[in-house]
Amino acid sequence: MKKITFITTDNETVTLEGSSGSVMELAVANNIKGIEGNCGGVCSCATCHVHVAPEFMKQVGKPGEIENDMLEFDDNVNEYSRLCCQINVADAPDGLVLKVAGEE
Amino acid sequence: MKKSTFPDPFQKTREQIGHHTIDDQNDPVTMLLRLKDVRRTAHNWQTFQSGAAPGRIVVPSEVHIRDTRQIPFETDPPLHTEYRKLVEEWFRRPLNEEYEAALTRQIEAAVEEVLQKDKTEVIRDFALPLQSRALTLLLNVPETEAETWIGWGTHVFRSEDNPLDGSKATALYDYIDREIERAAAKPSDDLYSLLLASEVQGKKLTKEEVKGVIILTFAGGRDTVINAVTNSVAYFAEHPDSLQLLREQPEITPRAIEELVRYFSPLTHMGRIVTEDTHVCEHAAKADTRVSLCWASANRDAAVFENPNEVVLDRKVNPHVAFGFSHHNCLGATHARQVLKVLLTTLAKKVGYMEILDHKDNIEQWGKFDRKVGFDKLEMRFNK
Repeated sequence: MKKITFITTDNETVTLEGSSGSVMELAVANNIKGIEGNCGGVCSCATCHVHVAPEFMKQVGKPGEIENDMLEFDDNVNEYSRLCCQINVADAPDGLVLKVAGEE
Repeated sequence: MKKSTFPDPFQKTREQIGHHTIDDQNDPVTMLLRLKDVRRTAHNWQTFQSGAAPGRIVVPSEVHIRDTRQIPFETDPPLHTEYRKLVEEWFRRPLNEEYEAALTRQIEAAVEEVLQKDKTEVIRDFALPLQSRALTLLLNVPETEAETWIGWGTHVFRSEDNPLDGSKATALYDYIDREIERAAAKPSDDLYSLLLASEVQGKKLTKEEVKGVIILTFAGGRDTVINAVTNSVAYFAEHPDSLQLLREQPEITPRAIEELVRYFSPLTHMGRIVTEDTHVCEHAAKADTRVSLCWASANRDAAVFENPNEVVLDRKVNPHVAFGFSHHNCLGATHARQVLKVLLTTLAKKVGYMEILDHKDNIEQWGKFDRKVGFDKLEMRFNK
């Protein structure tokens, strides 16, 4: 089991536990505000945009090319941006902290 | 070639040039064919606007056949953002359990009905009624309203033989006017009433604005949903292994939906008006001319998609633009995805196999491109 903490744009902190599937699926199943996952996780909608806490960025890794192309046009993109449908819970570092991207 | 194979007419031009200009009632349109150009242009609303004369961003242009602005579709930020905020939550209702349950009841009944028949013309007798009944859920009106809409037939906006004749849309516009008056006199919990009670920038929505949202809801989700449903049924008729895969691995259904909409791209393209002299893909785009974002071409771009001309039902990374891209992405996408999810689940559950008995392709003509977008006729037998 991995612990993953989401910080919403309202500054609400929610810690979830999971072992499989994508981080987006975990978030949607637990109604994390701002994570919609409209396309079901195939990297076509960018409604699961998060900012990885800087200390975890190295372990989580940078976005791939296709993911990067999606993020390029998101207003809230920064160097810690990822689409969390592209992060597997199983591969995520335990204790990972993700900030939901969006207007604050 | 299989009947559910939809060739890509844009490939050569997309790879060699990247754009192609077609005429449209003396207001030419330069179609942008590559995924990256389509995305970049869709995102840049300042230079490529939607809020021009009503009907002008549509191809073929509707400027001569309608005056009502479709909302939020034919507006730009910041006004667009306000309109969008107003309706976004409503258009996410399809995710509610009760909505999905009602949709499941409708679609299971439709499938049961065709299983009893020797022969079904899928567009008129399956996809159109299915789309119409599902739309009653989106508007939150009685399901009996669908009978009126089914009666209009598949060509409610334009004549079948003349795309520039919009006189047929009068029945729809008159109907919507009557419905707005009904909701104004006696508000209920339908979309008309919600809109009539809403404000944008401190002012109540006018009836003309309400009409603009409702027309968009009717127009945007009619041919597109009918084609997505019909084409998907044809695909599973010719690919029984794929239907079996959905039975064995229902968890891939969301991916299958995205892949089918990528492959079929029910809306070929959508225009924008250029606001200043600029360049797109080495094409000099002059102010007050039109470009179009060709979703159908972008979705077959081999620079992004492996085996773009194959349906890979469980395609894992699928950054398609079948629902558009950026600010104007399809408002009805949540509804459309739910319709397809319930349809695929129901077919997998209730149908053994399907046969195509007769068909006639629906081919759109865009200058030198002939694009199959669906069927004019599709006769099938559904078997348990």
